[in-house]
Amino acid sequence: MSGIFVGMPAFPKAAREAVQDGTLRANLRHATHTIRDKRARAVAELADWAELREAGKRIKDRTLRHLDTYLIQLEEAVTAAGGTVHWAADAAEANRIVTELVKATGESEVVKVKSMATQEIGLNEHLEAEGIRAYETDLAELIVQLGEDRPSHILVPAIHRNRGEIRDIFREEMGKWGRQAPDGLSDSPAELAEAARLHLREKFLRAKVGISGANFMVAETGTLVVVESEGNGRMCLTLPETLISVVGIEKVVPTWRDLEVFLQTLPRSSTAERMNPYTSTWTGTTDGDGPKTFHLVLLDNGRTDALADEVGRQALRCIRCSACLNVCPVYERAGGHAYGSVYPGPIGAILTPQLRGTTSEIDASLPYASSLCGACYEVCPVAIDIPEVLVHLREKVAGQGGKGHRLEKAAMKAAGWVLDRPDVLAAGERLASKTRTLHPRKLPGPGARQWTGSRDLPEMPAAPFRDWWKKNRTGDDA
Amino acid sequence: MSRDSRERILSRIRSAVGGAPEAPEVPRAYLSRHAPEDPDAVLDLLHENLADYRAHVHRTDGAGLPALIGRLLEERGARTVVVPDGLPARWPAAWAAEPVPDTGLTATALDAVDAVVTGCALAVAETGTIVLDGGPGQGRRALTLVPDLHVCVVREDQVVASVPEALPRLDPLRALTWISGPSATSDIELDRVEGVHGPRTLEVVLVRGPV
Ligand code: SF4
Repeated sequence: MSGIFVGMPAFPKAAREAVQDGTLRANLRHATHTIRDKRARAVAELADWAELREAGKRIKDRTLRHLDTYLIQLEEAVTAAGGTVHWAADAAEANRIVTELVKATGESEVVKVKSMATQEIGLNEHLEAEGIRAYETDLAELIVQLGEDRPSHILVPAIHRNRGEIRDIFREEMGKWGRQAPDGLSDSPAELAEAARLHLREKFLRAKVGISGANFMVAETGTLVVVESEGNGRMCLTLPETLISVVGIEKVVPTWRDLEVFLQTLPRSSTAERMNPYTSTWTGTTDGDGPKTFHLVLLDNGRTDALADEVGRQALRCIRCSACLNVCPVYERAGGHAYGSVYPGPIGAILTPQLRGTTSEIDASLPYASSLCGACYEVCPVAIDIPEVLVHLREKVAGQGGKGHRLEKAAMKAAGWVLDRPDVLAAGERLASKTRTLHPRKLPGPGARQWTGSRDLPEMPAAPFRDWWKKNRTGDDA
Repeated sequence: MSRDSRERILSRIRSAVGGAPEAPEVPRAYLSRHAPEDPDAVLDLLHENLADYRAHVHRTDGAGLPALIGRLLEERGARTVVVPDGLPARWPAAWAAEPVPDTGLTATALDAVDAVVTGCALAVAETGTIVLDGGPGQGRRALTLVPDLHVCVVREDQVVASVPEALPRLDPLRALTWISGPSATSDIELDRVEGVHGPRTLEVVLVRGPV
């Protein structure tokens, strides 16, 4: 994964720093609680939410089971529609491919729409080193980029910045990269958004190359889908002559019809809207409309490792809605940066160690950064049992170094961080006892061995973390 | 290089899942629509949901349509308006604003135009969504993106209740834009601000009967 986060302190230290930052904590608390409550209302509008969730989960499972077939089908369909497909085994290869594609156009700047995959591979830094400037165009990403900062939330990456800070960043930094902030810019969100509109518009109008990710890729038709709010996505997907999309291999879904599930569950889970303001779908290139050249870079970068793990592979169902972040008592108190990766919160705690392995202290400590309360599982629109995967990854981490190993120590420190926080534990236990009925002991369904039902689910005790701790740390100091 | 990686990734996938149990058929026990089977109620729902996400919604019939669009353009101070191919010629005839045909205008040229008027492929009532597919009267995607005012005409026979009803009526091979209210951001302290990069104003006209 990306170099940006290498050298991050392990979870407890980064979390401690975050917690000392009062602004960050207050912002995060306000944000997570606001979205959480709105989401619950948006979900409650649909009487068939449970069925949609089950269908979403099963579509993804089926896709993963036959991922090779669907990727080949996707490749054929994209190619037939005028696109070119590239395969990248790791971050370095993806970066190399994109750089060569950009260089072939003769351009030295690109506009980008927010994409976790390109953050994961550190594409911007790589392009910069090759003399290509990548402009982030999502408002939050712009704030992060201008502030030379790191994103802290999947959906609202600049949630750790308040309006006054954003105004200061705009005033000081915009002029260095293009149109400067208007004189007398205030800290009202409307004025700040207007400043961003003007700053970015000149970039959109002259852009020759756009870079995006995608929320979904439809195997049978070769269609890519980008879901967004601001319209910067549409700008990047429509105005440039060349479009390059970097997408994780797990983003494929088999059929056009499958979108009927995710286009209902994703917006409600994510921004708590019935539908997000803009969704763009495109298949290859279209004569007289949009980019003349389209490249799709399919990214592995550790995903096939996750796929090989019977328990851990369910993390690949994730549609990046960020609902699990907003309900997580640990995330709320530690902040996104503590997770040391572009994927923060509960999903980050199970995805990052699988994509990168658990050989660094931060990655080994991630599975311990949880009170196992299960609130993340309850809200997840594709029913990823995050506590189950966390416990499974803990077993793996514990097995790899032995007692007293530096990784084991880092892990125990993260666990200790959680244990030291009565408010985290109390919140977790409250949530856990509320959601316990949602945790079946075995997954329902016929057949003894199913794709995801191959083992018993972990128990959800009333005090999950304390119980886990007792079982694992009896008579030992932490 | 990429060729080798293709084989490598595919073979890694096969060894990762080759021995795994079959994933069963997907159960689709969810509803195909939530709204009642009543066209009037569905139209009202579309109206309500569009307005809830801050689109401005108007209703008229075919006879009143051109003048209504003309009034909306005037109220918003639009002096120039892009007219995509296939828009009925009698509409612009009723406007004070100067119609600009799409002769392959550059993005910069489009940026100097005040408004765009289009039809749509369909609209989804439950989510308050309009879908454009670049068909007649809609034009290429840039036309509804760069100008700051979008007036979109929806005929009542283009309204479906739900997302599951919409997808089979759309052609995935066309570039589609799903629009639910004007562009918006909540990136600054979660305060919702309308209008970042797309049109800041979305006027939707629901039309009964033929246009
Ligand atoms: S794990 Fe589930 S809840 Fe969390 S971001 Fe992914 S899909 Fe959303």
